[in-house]
Amino acid sequence: MQLRAQMKDGAADIKVRVSHPMETGQRTDPQTKQKVPAHFIQKMTFAINGKDVAVADMNQAVSSNPLVSVRVKNAKAGDKVKVTWTDNKGESGSAEEVIK
Amino acid sequence: VSHTRRNFLKGTLALSLGGIALGSGLLKPGRVEAAEWPKAGFESKSIDDALKSVFGASATTASGAIKVKAPEVAENGAQVNVSMQADMPNVEAMAILVEKNASPLAAFMSLSGADPFFATSIKMAQTSDVHFVVKAGGKLYSVKKTVKVTAGGCGG
Repeated sequence: MQLRAQMKDGAADIKVRVSHPMETGQRTDPQTKQKVPAHFIQKMTFAINGKDVAVADMNQAVSSNPLVSVRVKNAKAGDKVKVTWTDNKGESGSAEEVIK
Repeated sequence: VSHTRRNFLKGTLALSLGGIALGSGLLKPGRVEAAEWPKAGFESKSIDDALKSVFGASATTASGAIKVKAPEVAENGAQVNVSMQADMPNVEAMAILVEKNASPLAAFMSLSGADPFFATSIKMAQTSDVHFVVKAGGKLYSVKKTVKVTAGGCGG
């Protein structure tokens, strides 16, 4: 999971890329000929200094290793950004960064 | 996660959110649901049904205040970068829907302090209109853009 947060044109520009297969559940494994079960991120939460500022819900239609970005005017250099994701299998991950 | 645990968590979440909402007088339809993943919306087979499910209404007004970026032609439907920015006040939520995907709703963002901007990468099964919908001041606004897909990204 990569997270970048920097001030740009008066707003914090927050970009995150999560390494995730985002399996649709429709794909057939070429080796086993079995359907690969759906496995996708459902929720990504963006917080500044511990307060949620945006929550993105998604499904299989978001690409694998998704790149997601949000902007926050109401933030400044030095503030702490935390991005957390959870998927349909209950797996999760998070990353923290200080806004530059 | 087992069904029992999920239901238990759901119940607990609903109770605590209900408590907060009642206590602060913020109880509004649709508001309490926001904390949960909107399964019905994501499984809806039409744009109208998806919008009704996540926004409570499906009628949208076309708006030039929504600036979107999406490619005219996507050579790889598995990775189409799109973004939307709504230059309007009181934006509460934004959604990205791909008309010809089996389930159109791809992403839904609720704002609680972030700017009305959202960028993500989506999959497109075939050439389709992509709808960008914004809820602001209780009303729905939208803009759509056609993306021509030369190799679909949902099959296998």
